[in-house]
Amino acid sequence: MRTMSFANAIDDALAQGMSSDPRIIVMGEDVQGLRSSLLVRFGPLRVRNTPISESAFLGAGVAAAMAGMRPVVEIMLVDFIGVAVDALLNHAAKIEAFSGGRWKVPLVVRSAAGGGYGDGGQHEQSLWGWLAHIPGLSVVVPSNPADAGGLMLAALQHDSPVVFLEHKLLAENWLSSLGAGGRKTVQYDVPEHGAKGPVPKVWTPLPIGQAATHRQGSDLTLVSVGVGVHRCLEAAQGLQRQGVSAGVMDLRTVSPLDKRAVCEAVSQTGRLLVVDEDYEEFGLSGEMAAVVLEAGIPVRYSRVCSQTTIPYARQLEDQVLPSTAAIIRAALNLMEY
Amino acid sequence: MSIDLWLAYRHMLRSRLFEEAVAVLWEAGWISGEMHMSAGEEAIAAGIVLQLQDGDALALDHRGTAPLLMRGVHPLLLLREFLGLPDGLCSGMGGHMHLFAPELLTASSGIVGASGPAAAGFALAAQYLRPGRLAAATFGEGAMNQGMLMESMNLAVAWRLPVLFICKDNQWEMTTRGASVTGGNLRERAGAFGMPALDVDGSDVEAVWAAAQEAIRRARQGEGPSFLHATCVHLQGHFLGDQLLRLASNPLSDLDTTTAPMLKAFFRRAGAPLNERLRGISQVMAMISQAPTRRIVQGKDPLVLLSSKLASEPDRLQEIEHDIKAEIQQVVETALVNLEPQEAGQS
Repeated sequence: MRTMSFANAIDDALAQGMSSDPRIIVMGEDVQGLRSSLLVRFGPLRVRNTPISESAFLGAGVAAAMAGMRPVVEIMLVDFIGVAVDALLNHAAKIEAFSGGRWKVPLVVRSAAGGGYGDGGQHEQSLWGWLAHIPGLSVVVPSNPADAGGLMLAALQHDSPVVFLEHKLLAENWLSSLGAGGRKTVQYDVPEHGAKGPVPKVWTPLPIGQAATHRQGSDLTLVSVGVGVHRCLEAAQGLQRQGVSAGVMDLRTVSPLDKRAVCEAVSQTGRLLVVDEDYEEFGLSGEMAAVVLEAGIPVRYSRVCSQTTIPYARQLEDQVLPSTAAIIRAALNLMEY
Repeated sequence: MSIDLWLAYRHMLRSRLFEEAVAVLWEAGWISGEMHMSAGEEAIAAGIVLQLQDGDALALDHRGTAPLLMRGVHPLLLLREFLGLPDGLCSGMGGHMHLFAPELLTASSGIVGASGPAAAGFALAAQYLRPGRLAAATFGEGAMNQGMLMESMNLAVAWRLPVLFICKDNQWEMTTRGASVTGGNLRERAGAFGMPALDVDGSDVEAVWAAAQEAIRRARQGEGPSFLHATCVHLQGHFLGDQLLRLASNPLSDLDTTTAPMLKAFFRRAGAPLNERLRGISQVMAMISQAPTRRIVQGKDPLVLLSSKLASEPDRLQEIEHDIKAEIQQVVETALVNLEPQEAGQS
């Protein structure tokens, strides 16, 4: 076991993948600076800076994957994927279906997501539900270094497109460049066990689509991804002090959803509280309700999600993003039924 | 209308001193997140914005401070916005990258290239609703590789939209050299759409003014869009706290997070042959050694250039500086009154 930061774990797993598979290349804006440890080990032919042309280089990534490469295309922040979403929506996600399963797209799209550092609504979105809505895309959102590295290796080995989202509160390089900028005068609510933690000496792929239970509970089940998992764990501790036993499940993968794990947990507690930093309506949280209802499980359901455009001001932002306090409030409400 | 250099100087200095105050507050933690400055772009902003009229529109990028100040937005509104306060320009919702002033038809975006379609749309509305009015778009040279901007240029030419496309070229896209990811010549590229395209020294407000004057005349008379390619330097790097600036001034500043893993990776066994690794290392070294500090020293500060043109009246220069310093100090004091840092940038 080693201890590693979230961002270094992803790059380390990526390096392991690149060292055994020469078809893997990394490309994106500023990646030679962002991924300097990959650049100096694998050289500039495999770690390529792109122009600010997301629709060109993401679209090119799709076709390069079709033609035998295994590209990791880095879209700096997931908000910026809007510019290039056609490459994912109409191409990466559909080629396999259109070709009758004969042509696969082994593409990884890596992107930073999430808020909590005052960067405003065009830089702090989550969007995993929006992307997971598209059939043909897998979307993973790890919450700690070990899962992040394992899921990156799985994504590299996956034969279909995977969107890999790293939360900026967990990835110290992003938080340092977009948030603190070298200042010691600003503080962020960084989940300690998400930003740094034990990782295996040699990475093994963590299967895509497998949830993890971080805490057992008999009264209700809290389900989340990314930073939300840590807010849930903190809330579960608070709830315990109030006599409520809350389980915490980390989906780790938004699409495909681990429906079985969710249904098993919820059928035991009868209460489901989904915590999702992504937008509330028409997304992951509603999908979770559908999954449980379709399984015929009687359930009391509630959710804590972002309901509006994420404000720039920190104090307003804190009210919009799911907070530990809001989770406890919602859980206690749910317990009244 | 010919340029009033004293007026331009007043506006440019005001923007610079305001941003210097913003930088101090940012450093002290009063302002959260990123902070992209206009410092170094003031001559471009002044040469264009000071020629605009009521009813003209502005589509700005993520460096909107100078153009907004020059267009007449009160610095207190901007500062209260940066502090994330309810009485800021956008009620604390937007922050410095998302500044909006509907009464001035001025919108910003943090998405590279987005000012192109926005200006085209503002200009389209002007054709119907405000004949003789125009829309100006500002963007960096990195945006010239963004499809939506190229599409907007074609649209503007095809529909003879009254747009002024202003490319502010500092030759760097964050840590990437523009030339390493850009083909051809940007003026020729824009010109190939079929509109007048000019190169101009973006640190010289007189030159920008003169180039913009003809483009603005064309737009107002229904002759269609024009393109200005204005060179500049970003005096604070890409944004405040620019990692390359920090690394260049103190190579140990990111030892744990960047430098140590990089050196370890260089010596790891599996990977590229040595010559490829060395190419990688030399690319990193070039990034740091060509960091903004050096670019800034070699580049021209538009304010220094303009004040040297006005040096024959040192008393007047001093008086302006004195006035503006007093104004900005007043703005900062008013903005911060009864405020604790945790109410602003931090939570």
